[in-house]
Amino acid sequence: MLYAILCYHDEDFVGSWSREEDAAVMEKLKLVHGKLAAQGRLGPVARLLPTTAATTLRKDSEPPVVIDGPFAETKEQLLGFYVVDCADLDGALDVARDLALANPGGAYEIRPIGLFMPGAAQP
Amino acid sequence: MTDLAWIDTAITASRPQAIGALLRYFRDLDTAEEAFQNACLRALKAWPQNGPPRDPAAWLILVGRNVAIDDLRRGKKQQPLPDDEAISDLDDAESALAERLDGSHYRDDILRLLFICCHPELPPTQQIALALRIVSGLTVPQIARAFLVSDAAMEQRITRAKAKVARARVPFETPGAPERSERLGAVAAMIYLVFNEGYSASGDTAGIRAPLCEEAIRLARLLLRLFPSEPEIMGLTALMLLQHARAPARFDAHGEIVLLDEQDRGLWDTKLIAEGLALIDKAMRHRRTGAYQIQAAIAALHARATRPEDTDWAQIDLLYGSLEILQPSPVITLNRAVAVSKVRGAEAALAMIAPLEERLSNYFHYFGTRGALLLQLGRRDEARTAFDRAIALARTTAEANHIRMHLDRSKRDDAAERINP
Repeated sequence: MLYAILCYHDEDFVGSWSREEDAAVMEKLKLVHGKLAAQGRLGPVARLLPTTAATTLRKDSEPPVVIDGPFAETKEQLLGFYVVDCADLDGALDVARDLALANPGGAYEIRPIGLFMPGAAQP
Repeated sequence: MTDLAWIDTAITASRPQAIGALLRYFRDLDTAEEAFQNACLRALKAWPQNGPPRDPAAWLILVGRNVAIDDLRRGKKQQPLPDDEAISDLDDAESALAERLDGSHYRDDILRLLFICCHPELPPTQQIALALRIVSGLTVPQIARAFLVSDAAMEQRITRAKAKVARARVPFETPGAPERSERLGAVAAMIYLVFNEGYSASGDTAGIRAPLCEEAIRLARLLLRLFPSEPEIMGLTALMLLQHARAPARFDAHGEIVLLDEQDRGLWDTKLIAEGLALIDKAMRHRRTGAYQIQAAIAALHARATRPEDTDWAQIDLLYGSLEILQPSPVITLNRAVAVSKVRGAEAALAMIAPLEERLSNYFHYFGTRGALLLQLGRRDEARTAFDRAIALARTTAEANHIRMHLDRSKRDDAAERINP
């Protein structure tokens, strides 16, 4: 069984870390990653860029509306995520539009990834 | 130790919201700052015992306000401060306050605070100093060090700025849409000033002044979170991220300038570049072009080039062309000439900058660029005259040394030609 672990934190707080503090946290995380990887239990790891870098494609209208900022309706929950390789935001929006056609309602938040570790765990 | 580090980060993160809200209550910078300091002292006592509050900013605002109101009520009567227990029902009051303090409330408080710091009557250096002191909470010695002036001089600069702000009639009402966009523009310009103050470092001061660039980026990110759909704020943030990403490669081990073409691109900070590219990508979709966006787009083209020869100079030339229309300035034309020299050759670039000489007669980069272009055309004597002018106008030793290196190179070439004509 694979589990997704989604990381939530206060952006104001994390954004106030100095470069050294950020690096110190990443070093500590690396130890955890290393242990999991050695056991063959580490899947993809992704650190997202700040929510200010996010774009949202809202699916409840036709054609879907593209807005700035993260997906912020608290009545909607994060149900899964894709990692796709696209040249730019337009490419990512094209993918999101295709997905929206298949899966109506709700929204896709498009957030650039800051760090991506492919990992090795298999289902 | 760990507790203290955590509290320090929480206080830094809450500072703009808290000072902004306290300023709205007390309408006086000194009172707001003192109230915040007092609240921080109490946080240092209370938080390690009680654990982190749900909303640190709301906690600091409430406690700061209560302490300051108590102080004001007591007036001039000197009495010891009440015990911490005297602040009653902190938790209940805090949750009620936190509910009222939604994002939009913070937003106008912070914008007002930033706007006060970039009061048009203050000279730019005082605007930056005041913002770093009030909004960022840097200490006077920290700011003095970054500006390379004495503590006393910086203290005086900040005191003067505060006095001027106190005398000026600062509007405290919530700004309407037109005022807000005007203020945003002024605030963006002030943040960019902070950045440039840090970016204009020479090799030997780069380490000292880099924190200014980081602080400017932090302020821009804050502004962007408050106004997530303002393309120019995205552009400004992207511009600073992309420029600062190159910082590790801008100077060599001896503190000498390394030009863009010669920088080790492996040293560029890929994380900052990724965020900058994402933001400018997003900004351009709004089709509301502004000067920061264009400059960021130019920086993005440099950042995207893995090798210098991959740089899309034709596109950079076009972008400078739009910038010239939007914001005509001889310095922009001078920068464009560098792109032109790559696309259409040094001759075309020289022709382009020739009419600028009168207006840029005191500008280091004009003569540096002119010298480099003349050198490309093999006009060495003229190049040397231009380089001599540039050295005379250099503001830092790194700038002067950089031109000397060109001069030495050109002399070596001369000597080589005399031996092997």
